[in-house]
Amino acid sequence: MTALLQNVFAGLSLGCTYALVALGFVVIYKATGVINFAQGGLLALGAYLGYTFSTSLAMAFAVAVVLACLAAAVAGAAVERIVLRRMVGQPPFAVIMITIGLLFVIEPVITAIWGFENLQVTNPWNIDTVTVGGLVLGVRDLWTIGLTAAAVVGFFLFFRHSDFGLAMRATAFDPEAALAQGISARRVYAVSWAIAAALAALAGITLAAGPGGLSPSIGFIALAAFPAMILGGVDSPTGAVLGGLVIGLVEALTRGYQDHLFAWAGDNVSVIVPYLIMILILLVRPYGLLGTRDVRRI
Amino acid sequence: MADPILAVANLEVVYDDVVLVLRGLSLTVPEGAVVALLGANGAGKTTLLRAVTGLLGPHRGRITKGSVAVAGVDVTGADPADVVRRGVAQVMEGRRVFAELTVEENLRVGAHTRRARALVKESLERVFDLFPVLAARRGSVAGYLSGGEQQMLAIGRALMAAPRLLLLDEPSLGLAPRLVAQVRDIIAEINAQGTSVLLVEQNAVMALSIADHGYVLEVGSVVRDGPAADLLADADIREFYLGAPADGERRSFAEVKSYRRKKRWSA
Ligand SMILES: Nc1ncnc2c1ncn2[C@@H]1O[C@H](COP(=O)(O)OP(=O)(O)OP(=O)(O)O)[C@@H](O)[C@H]1O
Ligand SMILES: [Mg+2]
Repeated sequence: MTALLQNVFAGLSLGCTYALVALGFVVIYKATGVINFAQGGLLALGAYLGYTFSTSLAMAFAVAVVLACLAAAVAGAAVERIVLRRMVGQPPFAVIMITIGLLFVIEPVITAIWGFENLQVTNPWNIDTVTVGGLVLGVRDLWTIGLTAAAVVGFFLFFRHSDFGLAMRATAFDPEAALAQGISARRVYAVSWAIAAALAALAGITLAAGPGGLSPSIGFIALAAFPAMILGGVDSPTGAVLGGLVIGLVEALTRGYQDHLFAWAGDNVSVIVPYLIMILILLVRPYGLLGTRDVRRI
Repeated sequence: MADPILAVANLEVVYDDVVLVLRGLSLTVPEGAVVALLGANGAGKTTLLRAVTGLLGPHRGRITKGSVAVAGVDVTGADPADVVRRGVAQVMEGRRVFAELTVEENLRVGAHTRRARALVKESLERVFDLFPVLAARRGSVAGYLSGGEQQMLAIGRALMAAPRLLLLDEPSLGLAPRLVAQVRDIIAEINAQGTSVLLVEQNAVMALSIADHGYVLEVGSVVRDGPAADLLADADIREFYLGAPADGERRSFAEVKSYRRKKRWSA
């Protein structure tokens, strides 16, 4: 029982990372109709900025986190403004290729600035744990869950209740009708990118504070947020969060039990499980658990 | 004389850089007036509204000649948001309500360009006065409203911008005769409260019954215009809009099309 709960806890923490990235995917998809493959790059950028603020500049960790998210948001909006705005009206396929290109541009930029070696982000959590009812809970995991919850709640408050969130939802539903109400589509696009980048940055920093440390490959984690997005439904923010948690849980549980259940399959089953789920979902329910039925995959 | 609320001069619009749709169209809406714009399918009525409100972009359309002025200020090719801020709101063809948002959220979106919350609240009350059905269903998701209610919502949403000029694109389309009459009365009421109106309609009888002045559009230019009463009395117009019965019901699309082939306006 304790082992199960221990795995569930690990899965929640991992799922939060996926949820943040998947939510970013969905925000950009809803606003612009494009799946942003550069999300992993933004995550890495956020993590490295966090390293610079917290370790190189020795700022308080909380300040470093906030600054890194803000800086990533600015970078996200800048990418939208400088690169993607030129692509408005081009076929989604071309725009998606651009985001893939961006991913491959961001990585060398990061290695040029921060190098290839694995870095340790100065953070107050370290490898501390607290023990609750026999469960050993990593402080970093607890914070990851707490910060994700705060970010998700903040996002939904903004998205559902603020005037700009309303404008974003209107634009997502019918861009031309939104334009006719005087909503600036450009601003909606830029803000969507900023939000997605800030969420990814938060995921990146919490991840980099963990046992794996920080290396240029950190962005790969965003790939596993893909199944999360597909599972939840590519146009559903709630679905993204839910999908992220489910994928994280399934992955962690598989990792916990794969030695017993899938011994024949080696010890990497947990890594591919998210993608198996994604393929399954695409086969049986291509619009995801909470997505809109008429969303077409590209 | 004061500047008209809308002055379109010699407007030319091209789609995809090749399809010339408006060919030197000129039209004026005097302050406080209701002006009807009539014309068969494909005449360019919607295109004109897009040109006025800056919405040609998403359709790959472009103004290649001529000008649009709102209350004397040139807005040719301006941003949609600028045009809204200048006091022009549009009820688009096909209603285009935000089906996933609630009635009240739809109305809030209509007030997007306005900052003064007290005034926005006032507009909301005014819309609810005008459309009690919207007040009753303010929390419902717009997609669940009936067609007639959605048309009311689309009009209400446009009013939330507190426009000086309201552009309506075929508001009677697809509505039962009773609702057409209701929409007409509401337009008259909105006008009586001080908003100028440019009413695009294929239902000529309905439109001319509340308009001061009418224009007839064919293949992108004005082929007739005059006081609404004159147009209404005109035998040719009656013939062209044959079947526009006294109760204002619209004929089927196919009828319009086949009729258009038989008779054209242009000399
Ligand atoms: N995006 C576009 N690209 C190319 N041609 C277009 C486009 N939109 C409209 N057209 C063409 O422009 C002409 C005028 O269209 P418009 O929609 O303005 O007519 P309308 O008078 O509003 O017709 P309806 O009564 O059917 O609404 C039509 O021939 C139409 O095919
Ligand atoms: Mg039209």
